Amino acid sequence: MPQGWLQIAVFLVVLIALIKPVGIYMARVFTNRRVFLTPVVGPIERLTFKVLRVRPEAEGQDWKAYARSVIVFSLFSWLALYLILRTQAAHPFNPEGFHSGPWDLSFNTASSFVTNTNWQYYGGETTLTYFSQMAGLTVQNFASAGVGIVVVIALIRGITARSGRELGNFWQDLIRTLLYILVPISIIGALFLVSQGVIQNIGGYSMIHTLTGGTQVLAQGPVASQEVIKELGTNGGGFFNVNSAFPFENSSGLTNFFEMLLILVIPASLTYTYGRMVGSQRQGWAIFSAMFTLFIVGVIVVYMAEQHGTVAQHAAGLHTHAFNGSTGGNMEGKDQRFGVAGTSLWAAITTVTSCGAVNGALESLTGLGQAVPFSNLSLSEVVFGGVGTGLYSMLLYVLLAVFIGGLMVGRTPEYLGKKIQAREIKLVSLGVLVTPLAVLLASGLASATRAGTRSIYAGINPQGFSETLYAYLSQANNNGSALAGYTGFIQPNAPGNVGAYGISFADLLGGAVMIGARFLPILFVLGVAGALAEKRVSPAGLGTMRTDNPTFVILLIGVVILVGALTFFPALLLGPVVQSLTTRLF
Amino acid sequence: MKKDLRTGLIAIVVMTVFLGLAYPLAITGISQVAFPGHANGSKVSIDGRIVGSKLIGQEFTEPKLGKNGKPVLDEEGEEVLVPIKSYFQPRPSATEYSADVTFFGNAAPDSVEAREEVREYMKAYLQLEKPYDKTLTSEGIPVDAVTQSASGVDPEISQANARIQAHRIAAVRKLPLSQVEDLISANTHGRFLGVLGEPGVNVLELNIALDKQAPTK
Repeated sequence: MPQGWLQIAVFLVVLIALIKPVGIYMARVFTNRRVFLTPVVGPIERLTFKVLRVRPEAEGQDWKAYARSVIVFSLFSWLALYLILRTQAAHPFNPEGFHSGPWDLSFNTASSFVTNTNWQYYGGETTLTYFSQMAGLTVQNFASAGVGIVVVIALIRGITARSGRELGNFWQDLIRTLLYILVPISIIGALFLVSQGVIQNIGGYSMIHTLTGGTQVLAQGPVASQEVIKELGTNGGGFFNVNSAFPFENSSGLTNFFEMLLILVIPASLTYTYGRMVGSQRQGWAIFSAMFTLFIVGVIVVYMAEQHGTVAQHAAGLHTHAFNGSTGGNMEGKDQRFGVAGTSLWAAITTVTSCGAVNGALESLTGLGQAVPFSNLSLSEVVFGGVGTGLYSMLLYVLLAVFIGGLMVGRTPEYLGKKIQAREIKLVSLGVLVTPLAVLLASGLASATRAGTRSIYAGINPQGFSETLYAYLSQANNNGSALAGYTGFIQPNAPGNVGAYGISFADLLGGAVMIGARFLPILFVLGVAGALAEKRVSPAGLGTMRTDNPTFVILLIGVVILVGALTFFPALLLGPVVQSLTTRLF
Repeated sequence: MKKDLRTGLIAIVVMTVFLGLAYPLAITGISQVAFPGHANGSKVSIDGRIVGSKLIGQEFTEPKLGKNGKPVLDEEGEEVLVPIKSYFQPRPSATEYSADVTFFGNAAPDSVEAREEVREYMKAYLQLEKPYDKTLTSEGIPVDAVTQSASGVDPEISQANARIQAHRIAAVRKLPLSQVEDLISANTHGRFLGVLGEPGVNVLELNIALDKQAPTK
């Protein structure tokens, strides 16, 4: 176990060391200043603007125009991906001769990738052509991540604006995010992953004769180029059905470490970028501290729980203690090269961020271990969260905390010199509540109907309820990880192991939830940005509540937990809490 | 609005061409030149014949033979497979080591089925190893030996698991135990820089090395 803690500590140290340089770099990109890549990327950037016929300097957008561009772009993204999936049989790069996708499953997958959710109702290696993986999924891995980032940048501009209307230009922000941040890191990261064993080719699957004369078919594909942006953009949709557990996606302890860093580096560094852009680094660190505290608690709980082993294993008479040469703990659904620590840390990281990638079976975590992904999702992905989405969601909570704090001390709430008034608080509340509402309605509907319970694998018991609740928590929070039994079983009449093939109810409800819970909050966030942009900045007085000290950090954590707990506690009781409090088998 | 529609349409086309085709194909090209072995799946060959990937585990089983010398069939008419005693055995797998149809076993932490599954794996493990390692008890079974991996193709087992199996290998192949243990050490992947990941023994590489040192036939 000490080795496990050491790994976790090393990871955190490296992550924290990266925050400042990456944060500064991103701040320079978003304030349109020169960075070291400008000589190379600058000409490409200008050419792109020319092709898109965008004149960024001349075309500042107010919040409505910015929102319209977000929606229009996402709509085209959705249509493009849906069309690709529906017609994939006709495309090149299809050595395995896969058929085109059915309408309901393609609806779900398109919605899933355009919303940065990457929920997998499809089985990658059994149903998708390389063309769909590259031109469809990889493109949306970049695009949806970019959209998340630019929305938070627009919000920051709204917060810092000195009474104006403009939030920047969506197209300029998107192109710069891609060209200066996502693409360069992806190119280097992809090549690094290949050098460590992650595959990258466009050949057919190789049939081999094993050492003992049996046969084994090795799936192939352009994996590394997708793997890297899948993590960096907190997307999470695996090239393979078992995602980052498959050695061709994640080949060693080193790649596991690298991929975890990719997942957290942008969400964590954005807090520094934020501090820089609002002109007070302490504001950024305050938000980081709140996020980090909530994150670290989950890491500790999940690792200790997993090291303990499961109720079923103990009942079978298995001793789950560690001894020389054996990690001990719950190794069900975990691969040896990651061990208990590498899988536990991964589970915490991919559920605080909205990167639903998995390197082990979440469904096979211990009862208490499962409670961590559950609570991370219940906090609405504000603990680091997705790229951009995490910070903008957290900023809504910051405004809420300022408002509540203001009420408590009896002053007009102000944040960074801007008064928080009725209009902002209405939008903030809507933004905070729409996701939990979607989760509870959808999982209620799925639990109460025959069409919904068809998706359950574990049976009508606490684990089955957990599967359902988790599925909609994950989709509404645009996370994408799953208790993979949910529609993950092999279906008798489906071509390959293809998840929700033919379960239209799950496909459609899930798709609708993902879209609603992605774009409604974006509209509310941009609305808040627009409202704040117009306000004058009043100088901080003696009575102004500070938002950069430990007291505020504690208040913020309290508000986040309160909203999450009040919304989800009754539902969580029925699943993970029952499972972690009893040694009963079901 | 009209302008947004035009820009959006051009943007998605441009991105599909550059991020969806140029980028992955360029990475493919560079990888094929710079890391051809890794990019194509780290395949392992013996005398020019590819026998697997060092990243993907495989089964070391043979059909169980009945008293009449014919393979025993299960209820579904498929051959019952049993471990080949002269090879190190990999971890249990939900997918029978399929590397082109992958899924999780999804055993719940508190289900009766999960308990039964672990029980059966433990029984089978003791049945296979106990005759050769008399000191082995259920308490000494390493957890990785009786739980399903995540990928279904876990290429590695724990060092403790390998050391227990070494007794069987040494007896069946008529090798000194120390020689088998040396082979285990030679095929163990440690933590990166002594910190990252868990040490594991690569079963395919180990079995290949075994065949080289002490061919069975």
